[in-house]
Amino acid sequence: MSSIATIIWRDVRQSYASGGTWLPVIFYLSAATLFPFAVGPDRALLLQTGGGILWIAALLATLLPLDRLIQPDLENGVYDQMIVRGLSDEMIAAARLVSHWLAFGPPLLLAAFLASGLMGLEGAALGTLLASLAIATPALAGLAVMIAALTAGLKGAGALGGLLLVPLAIPLLIFGAGSLSSQGNGALLFLAAISLLLVAITPFAAGAALSANRE
Amino acid sequence: MNKGQSTGSDDRLLAEALSCTRGGRVLFRGLDFSLEPGQAGLLTGPNGVGKSSLLRLLSGLLKPSAGSCVVPEAKALCDDRLALDEHLPFEQALRFWARLDGKGEADVATAMKRAGLNHLAEVPVRYFSTGQRQRARLARTYLTDARLWLLDEPANGLDTDSVDQLGRALQSHLDGSGIILAASHIPLPIAFDFTLKLEPLEQVEAEL
Repeated sequence: MSSIATIIWRDVRQSYASGGTWLPVIFYLSAATLFPFAVGPDRALLLQTGGGILWIAALLATLLPLDRLIQPDLENGVYDQMIVRGLSDEMIAAARLVSHWLAFGPPLLLAAFLASGLMGLEGAALGTLLASLAIATPALAGLAVMIAALTAGLKGAGALGGLLLVPLAIPLLIFGAGSLSSQGNGALLFLAAISLLLVAITPFAAGAALSANRE
Repeated sequence: MNKGQSTGSDDRLLAEALSCTRGGRVLFRGLDFSLEPGQAGLLTGPNGVGKSSLLRLLSGLLKPSAGSCVVPEAKALCDDRLALDEHLPFEQALRFWARLDGKGEADVATAMKRAGLNHLAEVPVRYFSTGQRQRARLARTYLTDARLWLLDEPANGLDTDSVDQLGRALQSHLDGSGIILAASHIPLPIAFDFTLKLEPLEQVEAEL
């Protein structure tokens, strides 16, 4: 168990030290800043569409770190050395999911909080948006780890990762953005169910991809 | 054909009818050998004959296509990949593996010293030269308590003094009833108990 903590700590420290953590945040904030410029400062329109835009931006921010998640350690033989030490592919993938979420989830929530000001979101709407993103970030981190493991070592992995993420993230987007509307009762529960499912399959799917990569 | 497997763990290294297929091509088949504690084996053969694959197979990274092997549970693989964080100072990068192996600061210092790298403890790994990288891989191996050392070209890029230093480290591992299986083109300054010469399969079959 302590070896898992060691691995997670190394990954998290590396993400924050290399600045890789803040790239999605800055991207997220710039996307949110561009939107009012594009549609104009109509407060009613921004209030109506802002939450959805912030959700789309969260999906796009998920794509940014894809090529840094698995590929470098795979190439450098770090995972090989862990396997030789008796760790399983599933444990490695689970550790990567936790460490990626720690470096991705909280900063994204902070960015969403800041960006919601640009959309004029406040009160209950802001609370729902942050709750839906908080529920969805583990699933987004899981999708990122799975896709990064599947595409590691391929040419054009970044573009392929984007293509893979879009269909897989649709259920999250439907229930996540749906929870913002006034008839959104229960959407948060569905979102949580999908999020749990994605988190639960991530270690196995990403672990299988890591193991297939050695063949 | 019985499906290959890595079964059980033991103090010694035992391979029975071991075969390996990579990319649809049979690299070797029917390998039998064993190494007792305190013994060293040398692996030779032309490029691409499957030396690295055999070492990866014994370390559990590949599955044999047939046959079985018994290996000590604690093993260390030193191959061409560094597995150290390039941007970190060498000592800190090594400390990550020390923590996974349950080792402390003093062990890291000893391992660096044995590899002749203690003067580079504060230098980020990305500035290391070819020979220094090789010694860093060796330091990572010295750090483990592993009984079995699987070494893939451990003397690549080393100068004469470093090869002697490597020889001393290998000898002390053997004296502590360790097991070594090394693939090397460069003569290593220790006495090997046997040499396993891998031949390209077409050639073997032509002779039969």
